[in-house]
Amino acid sequence: MTAPFRKTLRKHALALATLLALAAAPFLGFGDGFALSLLARAMILGMAAVSLSLLVGGAGLVSLGHAATMGIGAYAVVAFDAAGVSEGLIVFPAAIAAAAAYALVTGAVSLRTSGVHFIMITLAFGQMAFFTTSSFSSLGGDDGYTLYARTEWLGSRILDNRLSFHFLCLGLLALVWVGGTLLLGSRFGRVLRAARENPQRALAVGFQPYPYRLVAYAMAGAVGGLSGALLANATEFVSPALLSWTRSGELLFMVILGGVGQLGGAILGALAIVLLEETLSHLLVYWRLVFGPLLVLSVLFLPDGLVGAPLRLRAAFRFASPKRRNADA
Amino acid sequence: MSMLLVQALNGLQFGVLLFLVAAGLSLVFGVMDLINLAHGVQYMLGAYVAATLGVWTGSFWLGALLALPVALLVGLALEWLVFRHLYRRDHLSQVLATFGVILTVDEATRALWGSAPQTVLEPSGLTGGPMGGVEIVAGLIYPTYRLVIIGVGILVPLLLWFLVERTRAGMLVRAGATHPAMVSALGVDIRRLFTIVFAFGAMLAGFAGALASPIFPVAPGMGDTVLILCFVVIVIGGVGSIRGAFIAALLVGLLDSVGRAMLPDLLRLVLDPSSARQTGAALASMLVYIVMAAILFFRPAGLFPGGRSA
Repeated sequence: MTAPFRKTLRKHALALATLLALAAAPFLGFGDGFALSLLARAMILGMAAVSLSLLVGGAGLVSLGHAATMGIGAYAVVAFDAAGVSEGLIVFPAAIAAAAAYALVTGAVSLRTSGVHFIMITLAFGQMAFFTTSSFSSLGGDDGYTLYARTEWLGSRILDNRLSFHFLCLGLLALVWVGGTLLLGSRFGRVLRAARENPQRALAVGFQPYPYRLVAYAMAGAVGGLSGALLANATEFVSPALLSWTRSGELLFMVILGGVGQLGGAILGALAIVLLEETLSHLLVYWRLVFGPLLVLSVLFLPDGLVGAPLRLRAAFRFASPKRRNADA
Repeated sequence: MSMLLVQALNGLQFGVLLFLVAAGLSLVFGVMDLINLAHGVQYMLGAYVAATLGVWTGSFWLGALLALPVALLVGLALEWLVFRHLYRRDHLSQVLATFGVILTVDEATRALWGSAPQTVLEPSGLTGGPMGGVEIVAGLIYPTYRLVIIGVGILVPLLLWFLVERTRAGMLVRAGATHPAMVSALGVDIRRLFTIVFAFGAMLAGFAGALASPIFPVAPGMGDTVLILCFVVIVIGGVGSIRGAFIAALLVGLLDSVGRAMLPDLLRLVLDPSSARQTGAALASMLVYIVMAAILFFRPAGLFPGGRSA
């Protein structure tokens, strides 16, 4: 093993371990329908959270309207279903393209602003998408639309099998994570990061941030559409609630809780929030009385999010034992 | 025509309530650079405390009055427990932590009062009896209580303007908003200033909740919808600008109420009735956000850029 490779491996150890654990989960007693559907939801939301993390952590663009891209992907699936089309080779590309197109158009407007104003303008577009879907009377309006048959692939119903659905979600999640990480390390990603750190300096060396940001925004939208299409298949029900601003907020909390420094953080954050919600709500009636303070405490004590936790723990250990610190020096 | 007048008055009344909540949010954001999602919680608590104490004391007015110190104390406690540790953190951490506070307080409310809407005493002693009305133009009766809210909503901004622009404390707040380090170097205890501003904003939001309790259902999560509209208000008005927040709050209130009443009827001219109702309702809910997106597009810093640029 070469040294840079080992360094990369160590940097992403936590996210890799999580993905491996997800791959092993069905064979370690989490293979029943309930556990698998819970994990599928966490992985699908994790996918959307990774794409949002690309914007928040990579490009410094805090979007509070990311659920809209998921909703558009999900509504594409049910719109095709209502028209009698359920072939994945048509439905999925269309869902991804629709979400990317939405992101491209709204991004072109939103990216003219920055900071808090960017947050609010993305919220505004998200709300417009939300109210638009609630006026789709042929797709159930406010009440939503029940998907009776999952999407087929070349006529075969592989998505109906829980285990293959699990591994499809896991594979796509890993793909999105690796792809996003490679993208951030590429020349394109370096321009994004430079523009995040100092837009003026990026301009001075000859990079106009706007087109780079717009492409990143559209790409994140495309991934959002993919995860939305998967979510429609996982829950077999789509309603405007999927696009509400609280959903966008939830995705943002997953990213922040996991840690904005690495895309892998979003996977950890999504898993942590989905699993914690599920466990606590089973144990307690007023479970948010525990969940809320946990969020506050995580902000106060884990400033770099969950991905930063091992490093922080190690630093605390070193501080406690001065002998080892001397040995390192 | 009279229908339009009633909707305009309703919009005005909703607008002044929004301003009372948004003013504190804008001050806290402008002075301390803190994004406080949990500000809507103060509004909800104000309504709950006013409702409960109103029933206990037998008078709505007494309950509403007592809600003020309670909101102030809760604001101080939350500032001491949580927000104080967030001033130096980035906006993202503030968003997550204050969201945690929302979840906790909403759930505590559910545990203490239950999920059902609370009963609220009718405000007594107004002309025309409880919840009575006065004739504003010939043949049109409008509830007195709603007029009282509009009146209060015009008095409080005037008072606030006087406090911020004409007193020594207000001068420190304005200076602290733009040059916190300098104000601190001149010997002002900036921490205490922050605490006072925070508690004052919390009290205003609680006051708005108490005023709103006879009109809107008092239920858990009632602060969350108001909160998001308040963010719209402060962004349209310009972050940190009280005057901008006031004008934007009235604009948002009017747009929302008048749009809801008028758009379905307007669309009926071009669409069939049932789809006009549905599209009109969706479009009316969107109206505020469409206007915000347009304003941000043409004036990215809001209508009245003031205070710290965020």
